[in-house]
Amino acid sequence: MTRRTLFDKVWEGHLVRPETADTPAILYVDLHLVHEVTSPQAFSMLRERGLGVRRPGRTVATMDHSTPTTPRGADGRIPVVDPQAAAQIGALEKNCAEFGIRLFALGSDGQGIVHVIGPELGLTQPGMTIVCGDSHTSTHGAFGALAFGIGTTEVGHVLATQCLLQGRPKTLAITVEGRLPRGVTAKDLILAIIAKIGVGGGTGHVIEYRGPAVGALSMEERMTVCNMSIEAGARAGMMAPDEATFEYLAGRPHAPRGAAWDEALRAWRGLATDEGAAFDREVSLDASSLEPMITYGTNPGMAIPVRGSVPEGDPGATLGKALDYMGLRPGQRLLGHPIDVVFIGSCTNSRISDLRLAAGLLKGRKVAQGVRVLVVPGSQQVKRQAEGEGLDRVFRDAGAEWREAGCSMCIAMNGDQLQPGQYAVSTSNRNFEGRQGPGGRTFLASPLTAAATAVAGRIADVREMLR
Amino acid sequence: MKTIQSRTVVLDIDNIDTDVIIPARFLKVTDRSGLGRWLFANWRYDAGGAPRPGFALDLPEARGAQVLVAGDNFGCGSSREHAPWALLDFGFRAVVSTSIASIFQSNALKNGLLPVVVDRATHRRLLAQPGAPVTIDLEACTLTLADGTSARFPIDPFARYCLLEGVDELSFLIDQEEAIAAYEGRTAPEARAT
Ligand code: SF4
Repeated sequence: MTRRTLFDKVWEGHLVRPETADTPAILYVDLHLVHEVTSPQAFSMLRERGLGVRRPGRTVATMDHSTPTTPRGADGRIPVVDPQAAAQIGALEKNCAEFGIRLFALGSDGQGIVHVIGPELGLTQPGMTIVCGDSHTSTHGAFGALAFGIGTTEVGHVLATQCLLQGRPKTLAITVEGRLPRGVTAKDLILAIIAKIGVGGGTGHVIEYRGPAVGALSMEERMTVCNMSIEAGARAGMMAPDEATFEYLAGRPHAPRGAAWDEALRAWRGLATDEGAAFDREVSLDASSLEPMITYGTNPGMAIPVRGSVPEGDPGATLGKALDYMGLRPGQRLLGHPIDVVFIGSCTNSRISDLRLAAGLLKGRKVAQGVRVLVVPGSQQVKRQAEGEGLDRVFRDAGAEWREAGCSMCIAMNGDQLQPGQYAVSTSNRNFEGRQGPGGRTFLASPLTAAATAVAGRIADVREMLR
Repeated sequence: MKTIQSRTVVLDIDNIDTDVIIPARFLKVTDRSGLGRWLFANWRYDAGGAPRPGFALDLPEARGAQVLVAGDNFGCGSSREHAPWALLDFGFRAVVSTSIASIFQSNALKNGLLPVVVDRATHRRLLAQPGAPVTIDLEACTLTLADGTSARFPIDPFARYCLLEGVDELSFLIDQEEAIAAYEGRTAPEARAT
């Protein structure tokens, strides 16, 4: 029998029709996640063509990108003041009602960032194909699912047919040896990986993260790593499901139960890459030598250890433009660079373990004067859990803002944004020009580095505070 | 769509991402029209919304150009189809680079914007001559410069067929109903989402 990778198994198990010389594969989609920004035009298309949603039961919607994260009003509702955002939110409500799609509406118990709620509800399961009109769908690969972002036209294809036309991607194995040192998180690991292979380094490939350092990660840490696969240009990122995966899933609202659970487990245990299976490319690195990472430029590949310096010498057109935008010079060190805003949130780092890390550091400390700190939980469930553990109190006591769930300043569509020229340390995934507000300047880092920076008011090496 | 004949506009920057192509604050729409106004908004306009003089797209010689030549790894970042919608609405019909991000390519092709990936030498020549006339032939998969030299570019054969024959991918998928139903009939219940 041929030896197959995790990707091969999931891919081949979902072929309605294999690829031919003239046509791409037709891939069946198990779970389609929908949000308010990339779906309205797809629903309009269904209406124009008189089509329905083929499998509403495999489709789940939420609101996250343009939704406010400001505190609730006296009526318990989250007020939407931006008329454009209100129109998008209204359109999703109407579309879900008309087409029979389950919606986790703004402020409701299950609402949150689409890539946070899928796993926490147990919707995301090993071996599935999962798509969403959002590139960070790669997050769900942490469960051994094949999960990737699609455009709005494809959202329409999946709504109408539950299928996608797809060329078969190549496979890239990234093996991580060793163990992450203290103060170095999953976020630092993925930033180091992207710095190593480049923002185009994964183009055309599905990455499988493997090796002892990956196996040692918690599920939430695994999601952080898979989340940023797209920042390396990869189609998706995957990890073999293991006991940690099953333990995370057991008892979640949509996870299988009883005999179905046992049957699912049997199938899931067979998903891991077969010993000796071949990948198209392989890369490896050692986690033990990693340090906390921080970006200095305007793409996530422009990252260095927090004590390092911006590359020296003539930067060339692309890096030169990035450094101009960031107000940095070749050879400059980032440690101690003053900061205006710290953002802790996004589908990369807004889960309970991320908030625990940040709160652990902020407990008994104060945010530096003049620094604004926003803590935005990834979902209503994360918010409740954090409040149950008293983390909201820790954040507030330290001088941080504690918000409602959503994408918030990761994408700055909802009014949470940087002012021109401001510097932010952000736990999100993109430091693109203007991503967090026009003229805003982003340093990407881990929740630990973000919290340490909030206290210092300057870019800080968290390891010094952990001693 | 068979051929595009046009002058080029050059943006010699690598890794132009979808937030640069169209910033997120312009995505709060429920239709797809009129996005060309916000194409490269953060580069084209200053903080007050006034056009920045000298931006490549707004130079007089760029008027009517249908081919954008950009640095490596064009279109990286988010899955927003608003990026190709904005480029098309502005008047572009092809984007040329040495590499183009996967989701962007797929979104572009579904809207009739050609992603043209050329070799480094051809790319260098294009970058060096902004405004150069080029011909892109989808049938032959070639990009030809004024001096007659030409480069081949790869394109997904099915997407090319759809563009040349005017076939709609969704209709193609809908026609697979029998195969889809058969697949659903044979998959195990534990693979179901709900
Ligand atoms: S948190 Fe940011 S990256 Fe994640 S889905 Fe929302 S906008 Fe996209």
